[in-house]
Formats: sequence, C-alpha cells, structure tokens
Amino acid sequence: MPETTPPSPRPLLLQGNEAMVEGALYAGCRFFAGYPITPATEISEVMSLKLPALGGTFIQMEDEIASLGAIIGASLAGVKSMTATSGPGFSLMQENLGFAVMAEVPCVVVNVMRAGPSTGLPTHVSQGDVQQARWGTHGDHPIIALSVSTTWECFALTVKAFNLSETYRTPVIILSDEVVAHTREKIVLPRPGELQVLERPRPGAPPEWFIPYEDTPRGVPPLPAFGEGYRYHVTGLVHDVRGFPTERPDEIAPLLNRLFRKISQHFHDIQMVEEYLTDDAELLVIAYGSVARSARRAVADARAQGLKAGLLKLITLWPFPRRLVEPHLGRVRAVLVPELNRGQMSREVKRVNQGMTKVETLNRIDGKLITPGEILARLQALSGK
Amino acid sequence: MEKFGYAQSQKYDTYASRLMPREEFFTSGHRSCQGCGEALAVRWVCKAIGKDAIIAHATGCMEIVSSGLPQTAWMHPWIHVAFENTAAVASGIDAALKILARKGKLAGAPPKVVAMGGDGGTSDIGLQALSGAMERGHNFTYICWDNEAYMNTGIQRSSSTPFGAMTTTSPPGKESIGQSTWKKDMVAIAVAHNIPYVATACPSYPFDLYFKVKKAIEMPGPAYIHVLSVCPTGWRSATDLSVRLGRLAVETAVFPLYEVEHGRYHLTVEAPRLRPVKDYLKPQGRFRHLREPELDFIQRMIRARYELLLEKCRQPYGEFATVPFTPEPEQEVA
Repeated sequence: MPETTPPSPRPLLLQGNEAMVEGALYAGCRFFAGYPITPATEISEVMSLKLPALGGTFIQMEDEIASLGAIIGASLAGVKSMTATSGPGFSLMQENLGFAVMAEVPCVVVNVMRAGPSTGLPTHVSQGDVQQARWGTHGDHPIIALSVSTTWECFALTVKAFNLSETYRTPVIILSDEVVAHTREKIVLPRPGELQVLERPRPGAPPEWFIPYEDTPRGVPPLPAFGEGYRYHVTGLVHDVRGFPTERPDEIAPLLNRLFRKISQHFHDIQMVEEYLTDDAELLVIAYGSVARSARRAVADARAQGLKAGLLKLITLWPFPRRLVEPHLGRVRAVLVPELNRGQMSREVKRVNQGMTKVETLNRIDGKLITPGEILARLQALSGK
Repeated sequence: MEKFGYAQSQKYDTYASRLMPREEFFTSGHRSCQGCGEALAVRWVCKAIGKDAIIAHATGCMEIVSSGLPQTAWMHPWIHVAFENTAAVASGIDAALKILARKGKLAGAPPKVVAMGGDGGTSDIGLQALSGAMERGHNFTYICWDNEAYMNTGIQRSSSTPFGAMTTTSPPGKESIGQSTWKKDMVAIAVAHNIPYVATACPSYPFDLYFKVKKAIEMPGPAYIHVLSVCPTGWRSATDLSVRLGRLAVETAVFPLYEVEHGRYHLTVEAPRLRPVKDYLKPQGRFRHLREPELDFIQRMIRARYELLLEKCRQPYGEFATVPFTPEPEQEVA
C-alpha cells in the first residue's frame, strides 16, 4: 500500500482567505460567483486561479445581489456553490439569502466582517455583522452561521459548512473577520478522505412518485438537480409539498415549522463550541472569531497568575449553542464576553443566563483587535484579587 | 473666464491654456498614485463644472484618495454614497433643488448636480440606478471615470475591462487569455435612454474634455460623459506615460472621442491616420501575454467598431427621434 498513498502533504503558509478556498475545493465546491470587496477579495482571486484547473467555474458578477443569485442557480443545477463578501455586500445579499432559506437551496456565504455601518472601515476588523447574520433577511427564519478564528478553522469549517448546507438544504453563513482573513499561519492540508465530505440527499423514488417538499423524518426533503428528470417548482412564495404557491393556513404553518425543525432537531450536529481549561474554571471567557485568539492567550496568562480562568470558544453562532453554554453558566462565578461590537453576542449570553451568574462585556468598536492584556485586566478585576 | 462656455469655444480654432479658469475645485495634496490619469481628469472636470455644484460620488479610487481624514481635495459640497446608488442620490438632490426653487427658497440659479463613479460603480453595480435616473430625466450630469477595472480593491475585472487584459480575477494562463469578453459599451446604453447629451472624453485632450463637460452641465436634462482614465498601477504601465497612453487610445481608435447630442453622433477628435492598436497595447503590462492571433482579433474588432462609429457620424438623422428638452418655466413666487 505505501506506493499508492500520496506523500504527507507539505505544510503551507496560508492566510485565512486562501485556506477558505482550499476548504471549499476540498468539500467539492466547483462554482464560485463573487464581487470584489475588501477584505474578502482574495477568496475571489484565488478561486479565479484554482477553479478552472479543477473543471469548475468562477464568475465575477456585477454586484453581490447577482453573486448570491448565481450560486443559488448553480446549486439548483447540482453543483456545490459558494460566494464571499464583506459587510456592504452582505447587506445586498439579504434578499437572496431569504430566498435560499425559503426555497431550501444549499449554498455557502462567507462574510469577512469589516467595521461598519455602510462603507465603514474597509481595512479594519469588526464583529458587527453577528446579529445581521441572524436577522438580516426579513421574516421569521432559521439560519446557520459559523465563526472561524484560525487558518485551520477557515479550512475545516468551510468543509463543515458545505456539509451542513448540503445535508440540511439551507444556506450556511461563515463569519470570518479581517484579522482571521489576512493572518498567515502554518497549515497542513488533509488528504482527500481525511475529513468527512457529505452530499445533498437525492431522491430515491422514481420521478413520477416524487413529491419535492414532502416532510421526511429528518425534515429535509431530497433535492434532485435540474435536468435529472424530476419535475419540481422552486419559489420564494410559501408553497405546498408540491412546491406551488399556497395561502392555506394548514399548508403554510407545516412548511415554516419544518424549516425550523430541520435545523432544531439536528442541534447536536450543528452546534459546536471549543472548550479550553473550562473544567475547573471560575471565570469563563466566551469569545469567537479573532477575539477568541486574544482570549485564549489571556486565559493562559491568567492561569499562570493563579486565576482559574477558562475559555469557551463559540464556533456555531447561530443557532446559538444554548445547550453547550448553559451548563457552564450554572457553575462559574462570572462570565466575560469580549467582542468587537457593542455587545451583539453578550445579549444572547445574557438571555440564556437568566441571572445564573454575572455576565460582563468587553467591547471595542474602533477597528482594532481586543488585546490579551485587556481581557486579562478584566479577568483580574473580576476575580477580585 | 467662468462664463467662457461651450458656445463661446466654437468661435475659436485654438484654445490656450491661459484661457482656462485658474480656480481649482479639486486641489492638490490628495493621495492618488503617481501618474494617475483619473486625478488629472477630475481636476479638469471640476474646473469645467465651476462653482455652485453638488457632487455625489460613488465608492471607488477617487473617493478613497481624495477624501481621507483630515483633508478633502474637493471644494464642492460632496457626498460619498454607497457603491450602487450614486445616480439615485443625485436624483434626490435634483428633486430637492426643484422643490426649493418652486417654493422660492433658492436664490439665483440652482446649483448644478453632478454624479461621479468609477467604471465598476457605473457599468456593473450602479447601472440600475443610473438607468433609472436617466429614464426619469433628472437634470444632472453623470461622469464615469473609466480605468477599466476595480483598481481600489486591487485590480479585479469589471464589465468595462477590455478584451485580453490581465486582472487578478481574469488571470491569463494556459486556459485563459485574461478578460474574455468585450468592453461593455456604456455610451450606447446611455444613448439608448434618449438623453440629450452623451460623450466620451479623455484628460489627454483637456480642452475637448473641458468643453464637453461644460456642454453637459449647461444642457438641461441628464447627460453622461465617459472619461477614459489611465491607471499606471492597474494597467502595469510606466507612470510617465499616462498622458501619452490616453492619446494613443484615441489615435488607435481604441477609445474614439465623440459626442452624441440628441441622438446625433459627432466625432470631436479625428485621427488623420489610425495607428496600429499594438502601439497602445505594448506599453501596458496587462496585455503582455497577448500573442499575434489575439492582437489581430483586437485590431480587426477595433477597426470594425470604428467604421461603425464613423458610419453613425455620417448619418444625416439621429440615433432616435427626439426634440430638445424644454424644462417647465420657473413659476414666479410673489
């Protein structure tokens, strides 16, 4: 067997954006539509180089509305698709994002967050789009949003995002930020097969028996590609199990409930956190994205000083991993939520907390990263020593 | 000198630079790259616009380099708007000025409304807003700075990038020759909106540019001017060639200078003998990968398009039936 095993891949020095491209290609993404925007442009640039060589297609669209529109079309035609943008472009994508939720189109949308609102600070870091990722598009809808904090996560979580998107037929948002996107780190890319790559559910029934939006035990109806012989209707209107617009209350509620249920009954698969020294922690830092890197260092420094600190890094931001956060809240003395906004995620922590423990915030909105020193100082203050 | 308008200019065969206004409305000290053709164009356009104007400017190179804290290079009231809606904001300004004039709250002539954007902000993301504003007939002038790619984010292709050009999202290689589509004809799109004045211009021909802008500003109704702005950074050309490259673009008929007044085509700068397109492509690094077949294709295509343009200029009738736009007479407020 040694002859057939490819040699161990060499370590690479990649920035987050490049690792995201590698992750997407690993997961089988063969279509990318994008529009230049700082700090996400590198994803488009590397995609335009790499996709044609793999038989894929890169298109630069005329704006972000069109970018998401193109990947919705490509995904329905049967190809794994992705787009990448930053805050202003993400705002333009909201309408199509809602369409992808309603029509259950698998697609991956990367938002490399920069400081806003509007044009904001194009070259500076922020985490201001966290609540937008949840509630940006109108209407009551479920959404999956993952947050990355290292180059490896840019790779691995992009693969995971495609898996979630294909398995649950839903758009998945990856929230990166300027620091993660442009930080170069050593990474060893896994060989094909080392990470799990999942495909969308395909219909088993013959075309004449096929009911496109019929409920299944998993809540996810199978999705044939256009042209495979299965007839189905795709619409952003509320539709019945056959995909045609309906106004009957007994058909509206089951559809919308199923959209939520297909996510909520798979929380164990979707919700991810990473724990660092949390077992005996009295002070817990809950962080995500680039801030989690500062927090990890601060926790290590705090431990060196004898403070029992721990870090709970959120990987899945939406749906909020309540069942993974709640047990910690019940036993720590205080929680610190550092983030690069005015407290978008600490709201969520406070909502789940319900007075169990003290929740403090540490916010920075000046385009600079929160340093380990700032977090350490707050941890020292919280410990009362 | 401010009043030295287009009509005046027609009486003279030659213009001297000292006849141009001395006032600078786009001042020095901005942070554009060395040899920026766009900054040169903005300076001349702002001279031509003159005092009393409001400018809406899309996101782009010129917004970044000219308005960084704590200075601004703009003497006019100036709004930086989001990428896609420059023309929409200009429409709002125009509508508000009309209301103020109607209520008698505007003393003197109303300020001129000018919208500006790059080629991406005009022909890609801003096309919808521009089309809407031209269709509604707002009294404004739209000026497109065409440096033929998204230079601000680091040279990505736009629909205005010429065939064969290398950009970071149209990389040439074994399977690709760079940009694989022909440049979008924004002038034809503007003409198709039946607007009174459309023109192409280039800062290498400053007097031509100056009087075209004057004419566009003086003309009631919407006007569109497409300005070729040489970008040494993105075109991979020497910074001291900016003005010459603009001239070569015109002399090779890659970018002919003409105007379309009420649908009538008129060539404003005539090249006596066309130079081969290679002369224009060669100094630019973005075309260095092109070989003989592609160069030949570009040459034939440029020639064919130029012949078509000359044909349009010879036509005794306009591109569309139209009569000059007459604004409503101002109501006297007692």
